[in-house]
Amino acid sequence: MTLTRVAVLKGGRSLERQVSLASGARVADALERLGHDVVSIDVGTDLVTRLRDARPDVAFIALHGRGGEDGTVQELLEVLGIPYTGSGVHACMRCSDKVLTKLALRDGGLPTPEWVALGEVAFQDLGAAEVLGSVAERLGFPLVVKPVSQGSALGVKFAHSAAELPTALVAALSYGTRVLLERHVAGREIAVSMVCGEHGARAEALPIVEAVPRGAAYDFAARYEIGQTDFVCPAALEPAVAEHVREIALAAWELLGAAGFARADMILGEDGPTVLEVNPIPGLTETSLLPQAADAAGMGFDEVVERVLTDALSRAPGASVGAPSTKTP
Amino acid sequence: MSERRPPRTSAHELERYAGLFASRTRVMRSSAMRDLMAVTVRPEVISLAGGLPDTSTFDPALFAALLGRLPSAAALQYGPSEGLAGVRDAIVKVMAAEDMAVDPDEVIVTTGGQQAIDLVTKTLIDPGDVVIAEAPTYPGAVPTFCSYEAEVIQIDVDSDGMSIDALEQTLLALDAARRRPKFIYTIPNFQNPAGVTMSLERRRRLVEIARERELIVLEDNPYGMLRYEGEGLPTLRSLEAPGPTDENDFVIYTGTMSKILSPGVRVGWLVAPRPLLAKLILGKQSTDLCSSTLAQHFVSEYFAAGDWRPYVASLCDLYHRRRDVILDALAEQLPAAASWTRPQGGLFIWVTLPDYIGTTDLLARALAENVAFVPGEAAYADGRGQHAMRLNFSSSSDEDIREGVRRIGKIVAEQVALYDTLTGHRGGPKAGSGERPAADSLAAPASPASPARQAPEPAPPPAAADAGGEGLAHILQLPRRGSLGGRRSREA
Repeated sequence: MTLTRVAVLKGGRSLERQVSLASGARVADALERLGHDVVSIDVGTDLVTRLRDARPDVAFIALHGRGGEDGTVQELLEVLGIPYTGSGVHACMRCSDKVLTKLALRDGGLPTPEWVALGEVAFQDLGAAEVLGSVAERLGFPLVVKPVSQGSALGVKFAHSAAELPTALVAALSYGTRVLLERHVAGREIAVSMVCGEHGARAEALPIVEAVPRGAAYDFAARYEIGQTDFVCPAALEPAVAEHVREIALAAWELLGAAGFARADMILGEDGPTVLEVNPIPGLTETSLLPQAADAAGMGFDEVVERVLTDALSRAPGASVGAPSTKTP
Repeated sequence: MSERRPPRTSAHELERYAGLFASRTRVMRSSAMRDLMAVTVRPEVISLAGGLPDTSTFDPALFAALLGRLPSAAALQYGPSEGLAGVRDAIVKVMAAEDMAVDPDEVIVTTGGQQAIDLVTKTLIDPGDVVIAEAPTYPGAVPTFCSYEAEVIQIDVDSDGMSIDALEQTLLALDAARRRPKFIYTIPNFQNPAGVTMSLERRRRLVEIARERELIVLEDNPYGMLRYEGEGLPTLRSLEAPGPTDENDFVIYTGTMSKILSPGVRVGWLVAPRPLLAKLILGKQSTDLCSSTLAQHFVSEYFAAGDWRPYVASLCDLYHRRRDVILDALAEQLPAAASWTRPQGGLFIWVTLPDYIGTTDLLARALAENVAFVPGEAAYADGRGQHAMRLNFSSSSDEDIREGVRRIGKIVAEQVALYDTLTGHRGGPKAGSGERPAADSLAAPASPASPARQAPEPAPPPAAADAGGEGLAHILQLPRRGSLGGRRSREA
């Protein structure tokens, strides 16, 4: 591939800054190995200036969380006329807002746990606290309380009874102005990573990763501490079940209009798989799920990065599909 | 495409590394807080999270002159493991200023006070051994104790320091289980993080207990010289060995240059009962042979150059003013449901919020308002402290302190109002009463009973590489590359 100048956008000031720095560093290494000219940018108020100075052919967005995967930076890059990796503005907005994701999934006939979304304003000004009882009755306990627009596990709480609900809501509302109350679906926790196909081919679902907690409770610490959770890839599933899960993930990808790569987080419950959320810029660190899944598929990290980059260039204005070299300086 | 470097780690290889990690790395804590703290280094954030002294007031001309005077060959050479004679002499002077008489040969120079804690733990702790600490305790000590696989038992602190009654009960309970703590870790003066000071009566009782039960007490005294008001109290070390010829049997004392001169020189010290000294020196040798000779010569020159006390006095004046600023701001801005300590010195205030507000989650909201604090859970090994926060007032300008506390007050008030709305309570006492008693006990409910637990949902774990040391840097809010410039400029 001809030399391409790539700006790797990482860090920023989202709450997932730390993971993003690691993702970005790893992407930059891969791009250098692939022979590209790489400029890494820790995203801040000088982003536009730095992009203008760097004059990249394409931006590789390795940002997670607010500002990075909610359409904000994507919108800005479109204004600047810089092609970028991954999903576009609309898909990012839909994926980063759990309510929009779930509405799209439900309208498209895909399974997602039943939910109610409420805003801080509704509680403060419209007396929404009055309906909590009936919401809880409908959804049942335990109830999962999540910030609507926080990608990682931050702020996700379990409420086991009505008495626990206010505290969980206050915590979740620390991360944003709206909360999602979701029916808890018991089952196996699985994640399906997806990568765009080569030369405009359909996206590909990689082998399924299952998160198996070592202890009884699976909380934030368990998830984030090495050795507390085993990630099994490929997950031990009947081939037909695995195929069904991957088809649902790919259907979600298409419904939401994802591009480049994405990861669908799902629960495999008694009634089959159900989609919790779709992450438009999955973690790309050495222990992240997408790289593990790619590895299990015999696809190296460099290949993932190259595919995602090629996809971005092929979608750039004026580019002919699958011919990124036409974009070289 | 060209392969300029060999391919890096694949997921399979990582699995292999996971099997290589020592079991003690399992207990190295990483958490939501760690991710959140990564954001606090952004220059636009007013950070009341740091534990940094203000080094901007050190005379640059004196700094240059001292550096110019360092003996180059010696400063560039290895030094003795126990430290340079000049530094040990300086330490004897500093300890004398707090009424402690020590011989230079009882002193081991360490790489900051942190190494002193590490060396004592490394020397005394086998996996599963009990360390008793205060609740809350110094957030930087928790990972050290955990990395040697100690079982940390924390004793509640109130406005008079560690509760000795609770300590005695714990010791009795341990007796019943035929267990015995290896040492008791305490910061008697202006404790980090709570800002409280142990009363004279409790100091006496603690020394008595140590003697009677032949228990080691690790007395950590980084802030003793930073007293802004009230009477100075004798250290545990001086209570155990009041005269110059008295032997010190059970108190290991640790001090540091960090708060009276500079944390950048990384010079701290240990004074230990003689039977322990030799082992501690061996431990130090295996860690780093000796502390930086360059830095030690700087310290030595500084103490030889003149009286070191006026600079400490100037720091006291500065921090005293900032403490008053933050106390006023807290009284004005925090809702009535909050309480906080009133330190007579040191760098920290401990704020306790109602039990329905989790400070780790609150930090996310604080960061959206560009202000940061240390969530209380950093100061506990057992998940408590969820409703408290540590605020630092030494490293921010008056204006930033006021603005930072205003923002914290605003979000706390919002959460109190939200909770009231959710539970049907209306119109609690408003903010700004100006008069708030310090908490009687700083204890917070244990987390297992906490209603809101994190829910299951697959999410990417962070990179393996930064799970350990970086975490401590985040909790302690150490400056990172490029971040200090931003911090300083906002103080201009």
